[in-house]
Amino acid sequence: MKIYASALLSGMVFGLGLAISGMTDPANIQGFLDITRDWRPHLALVMGSALVVSGLFFQIVVPRLKAPLFAASFMMPLASAVDQKLIGGAALFGLGWGISGLCPGPAVAGLAYLEPKILGFIVAMALGFKVADWLSAQMQPKQSEQ
Amino acid sequence: MIQDSLIGGGLIGLASVALMLSQGRIAGISSITYRAIFPSALEPWALCFVVGLVLGPLLLLITTDFVAPVFDGSWTAILVGGFFVGVGTRLGSGCTSGHGVCGIGRGSARSLIATLTFMIVGVITVFLLGLVL
Repeated sequence: MKIYASALLSGMVFGLGLAISGMTDPANIQGFLDITRDWRPHLALVMGSALVVSGLFFQIVVPRLKAPLFAASFMMPLASAVDQKLIGGAALFGLGWGISGLCPGPAVAGLAYLEPKILGFIVAMALGFKVADWLSAQMQPKQSEQ
Repeated sequence: MIQDSLIGGGLIGLASVALMLSQGRIAGISSITYRAIFPSALEPWALCFVVGLVLGPLLLLITTDFVAPVFDGSWTAILVGGFFVGVGTRLGSGCTSGHGVCGIGRGSARSLIATLTFMIVGVITVFLLGLVL
């Protein structure tokens, strides 16, 4: 039960942070990316302050802990390769981010606004997830042949 | 507005810390959403996190004078953008939260490069769209 309650609470604080910081407003995202016109610096401040908190914790606290409170171990991503899949994926994400002014966090949190476009975004994103899974499966055999 | 950005960002960082401290998981919303919406990949903690993610702003709407943002982008931009966000975050193993806040926070070179990539492409995309629209 504790594991579910703590996940719910973490999500809630995350959603609060996104809404308070203005990151659920696509105008603030596109405004941040619009460096040659009417630049809005907020995203840099939001990411900066989030990074101070997460950075201190990940660098100083986590290495001194054996395990999380309610699970057996820390599940850190193991991948370390900077490959085409990472760069290409990040580039496609940047394209969609720029077009829509939304990324997954603000979109899911934005469901609270009962806005049909948010739901549309999430359905399109879910379709994208599945297309990516299909693409990954196509890429897999080729990689193992090499 | 500057205060809101700093406080909001701090809360995002705090939430990422809380999720790692409680269950040892990276607060990467693209992957958490994946594990919350597809039955084949369903993980109950991910579903709980997603429910919380929606409850946060809902709480703000109900208890304060917070006003929901206006979504005046076209349906085409929303759907095309959403599709590329889905493909890209899945192939690239993360989004703004997983790579930008957690990944860079724990010193991952992969995440730093992914973040720089999606930021640069985002800037170019908005610049080009501004020329056309």
